[in-house]
Amino acid sequence: MSASPEPVDLLVVGGGIAAQAVCEAVLERQARTRVMLVCGEPRLPYDRVKLSSLLAGEVDPLALQLRPDDWYADRGVEAVLGRRAVALDPDAGICELDDGRSISFDRCVLATGSDPLMPPLPGLDCAAVHPFRGPEDCEAILAAAAGARRAAVIGGGLLGLEAAYGLATHGCPVSVVHLMGHLMERQLDEAAAALLVPAMERLGVEILLERRTEEIVGDGRVEGLRFAGDERLDCDLVVVSVGISPRTDLAAIAGLEVERGIVVDDRMTTSHPRVLAVGECAQHRGVVYGIVAPILDQAEVLAAALAEDDGSYDGSVPSAKLKVMGVDVVSAGDPEGDRAVVAQEDESYRKLILTQGRATGAVLVGDTRGAELLVDAVRTRRAVDDPLALLQEASRASAGDLPDTAQVCNCNGVCKGAILEEIRSSGLGSTAEVVAATRAGSGCGSCKPVVAELLALERGGAAEEPAYLCPCRKQTREQLAAVCREREIDSVSGLASACGAGRDCGACKPGLAYLVSEVNGNRHREERHARFINDRVHANIQRDGTFSVVPRIRGGVTSPDELRRIADVADRYQVPMVKVTGGQRIDLLGVRKEQLPAIWDELGMPSGHAYAKAVRTVKTCVGTDFCRFGLGDAIGLGIELERRMEGLYTPHKVKSAVAGCPRNCSEAYVKDIGLVAVEGGWEIYVGGAAGSTVRKGDLLDRVDRQDDALRLSLAFLQHYREHADYLERTYAFVERAGIDSVRQAVLDPERQALLLERYAIAKAAADPDPWREGGDPVHPRQFADLDSEPAESPS
Amino acid sequence: MSGFERVGRVEDIPSLEGRAVTVAGRRIAVIRLASGFVAIDGACPHRGGPLADGIVGDSCVTCPLHGWRFDLRTGAPVGGGAASGVRTYEVLERDGELYVSVPAEGIEAA
Repeated sequence: MSASPEPVDLLVVGGGIAAQAVCEAVLERQARTRVMLVCGEPRLPYDRVKLSSLLAGEVDPLALQLRPDDWYADRGVEAVLGRRAVALDPDAGICELDDGRSISFDRCVLATGSDPLMPPLPGLDCAAVHPFRGPEDCEAILAAAAGARRAAVIGGGLLGLEAAYGLATHGCPVSVVHLMGHLMERQLDEAAAALLVPAMERLGVEILLERRTEEIVGDGRVEGLRFAGDERLDCDLVVVSVGISPRTDLAAIAGLEVERGIVVDDRMTTSHPRVLAVGECAQHRGVVYGIVAPILDQAEVLAAALAEDDGSYDGSVPSAKLKVMGVDVVSAGDPEGDRAVVAQEDESYRKLILTQGRATGAVLVGDTRGAELLVDAVRTRRAVDDPLALLQEASRASAGDLPDTAQVCNCNGVCKGAILEEIRSSGLGSTAEVVAATRAGSGCGSCKPVVAELLALERGGAAEEPAYLCPCRKQTREQLAAVCREREIDSVSGLASACGAGRDCGACKPGLAYLVSEVNGNRHREERHARFINDRVHANIQRDGTFSVVPRIRGGVTSPDELRRIADVADRYQVPMVKVTGGQRIDLLGVRKEQLPAIWDELGMPSGHAYAKAVRTVKTCVGTDFCRFGLGDAIGLGIELERRMEGLYTPHKVKSAVAGCPRNCSEAYVKDIGLVAVEGGWEIYVGGAAGSTVRKGDLLDRVDRQDDALRLSLAFLQHYREHADYLERTYAFVERAGIDSVRQAVLDPERQALLLERYAIAKAAADPDPWREGGDPVHPRQFADLDSEPAESPS
Repeated sequence: MSGFERVGRVEDIPSLEGRAVTVAGRRIAVIRLASGFVAIDGACPHRGGPLADGIVGDSCVTCPLHGWRFDLRTGAPVGGGAASGVRTYEVLERDGELYVSVPAEGIEAA
């Protein structure tokens, strides 16, 4: 037993979003507060809301951590992990942990969250019965799901549906068992909930309503569920998600007032002035909040209270924008009131709820247009004379109709007023600038169209300013290209001294580097400080600072010998992941910078440029070589096309494909450049996309011969290289320029000849394999930090 | 009081680039500007991106992962939003050697 040497200013008990929000809000106000954070789980605070993504396999566990380890050390926050507080004496200012340690504190915040509610069912102790509350639960559920014939989720609330969705994405048949007559009754009414059913059925999720589970049947292992009325469901995995129960035991031991949750006043203070509480464990004016936005508000007020600043918490109107089973859902306030208007169609449902003539709730499913307007009306309890008119207005609402207080970006909590203020005060002229300055639209991006609309509105409907290549100096690509040509500038620093471009923040330097290379036909002066890290080390940086290595495998055709070398490298360097890419290549992921030169050397294959804004791959199908439907030699043409294009940098990445027949197995219709063999010739498609934008390419032309297809592809590539804005994909470029103007440029014999000539000049000077720098680095520390050395090749 | 620790030589860092080093248990990015050397936290406060691998302008560095940007003199976030900043550290250049000073304790005594 040891006592802490001197009292900490603030002891925070908890390891979730609420505990983290408290640390952030307190240190924001008083940076010198000595904070100790006691987390019951063996990890730093993490985003519990994202557990469903973890279950669905969309993120890895580490991605859930809210702040990197350094964040705590740097702010002097002492984090004690995997320890529970077992006793609390507010008068003495002492908290005891389960390892016997005593912590003295000046003030204490309880952010202990909640426990999953486990109903007292017979059979609850069977193996493969799990709550859905932490990363360990996800792990256990996924392990059990791997061999399960059917999983049952008890509870059809939001969390239960997320668990079901996660299981379904892993191909496990799922039944959702719900006590009530419809799903998500806290947020949705019956008609709205019914709209979720088809989406769930498409995913193979069965819904059993009005079932009271009376027993988990099984002898040590789950065999099924028995419902009231003796109905039975066979299953071998059970996830229980029937609700949460605020974790109040520590508060009770401390003698604090506890009802459903720990009772707090408008300053988030408990019945003892030294102890405060926030989040799912706290009960404010009779309400316990379980969603993020109110908890952030609470933490803000709590920090003000600790600093003895003004501020009080008056409660929150809960609102949430969700995706349930892939369906957009917005819910605000209370789904029940004394009056409601509804607009319903086959796949959408929009309802506004009123109480005593004021907006008190809104439910939108499938069609969430105008959600900001309706949520704002509910949040401010707006008096509504004609609710149907308001509902209709919302579906037509433009950004201009929103009140200044309406939240536009839910990811970063940015409201309309703040966006307009920033546009006015900083004189912003493009959506990209507004996103950068306000962070609105930088999260999921779903509000970007609203941001663009606000910009147009503020600028009097005027079109956006041109896309600046250097936004700091407001210089466009055309202006800078003209400067390069007139003064024969061949480097980024030359351009900087000529007109200042790229000097201030430097972020546009990769764009400038592309420009000087393009204008000079690749006979420019290469400066690595102007290149993104990927182009300094010729590998793709990953989220953890490691890199990925993708050798060139032209047309997706490889050999046993190459595969053996790739396998040997992966073994010898203990490469954490070897993955087949969407571009028919092989990716070695998790490689350290220092290992790159040795790995390249042993691979003995050229760079695939997978890290660059450059020509990437040409995917192919087996064409006439083996396929009985093949009309053209897709592999032969694909490999030749890749050879002719590889090594060329482009405004944005360029992905291509060649398909041997219109069945399109290599997905040529949705590539930047796609060639499709048809009876008697080839079709050339340009401007296709299958990323966040999905677009079928426009038909550029139809030709008889393979050579002509190749020629047109290269002419289009060069036209795009010369005329697209930096970071403008071909689909955006073709749409902006119009396919007719592209056709004129590429098909006109004279212009085509000039394009092909400039292509040939650029290609002749392009570096076909930057990986050769592994043996001949441009700087002794090209692949090393100050305290690391390039790895020696074991050979 | 905190001392300076040798981290490398001037020529180890190309102009307008950064390199990382660990000093007193802390990852630091040492960056070479036209006007001399500066040092900041090595990890971006957003998602831990390696700031030594960022693009460097006259006064800023941009994180390679998600484009967060910091002023190299003050460590303050640049470009609006609620981003928190990074710490800056003193760099000394003597006889071609580089030295960085990192306070022994993360937080000064109040």
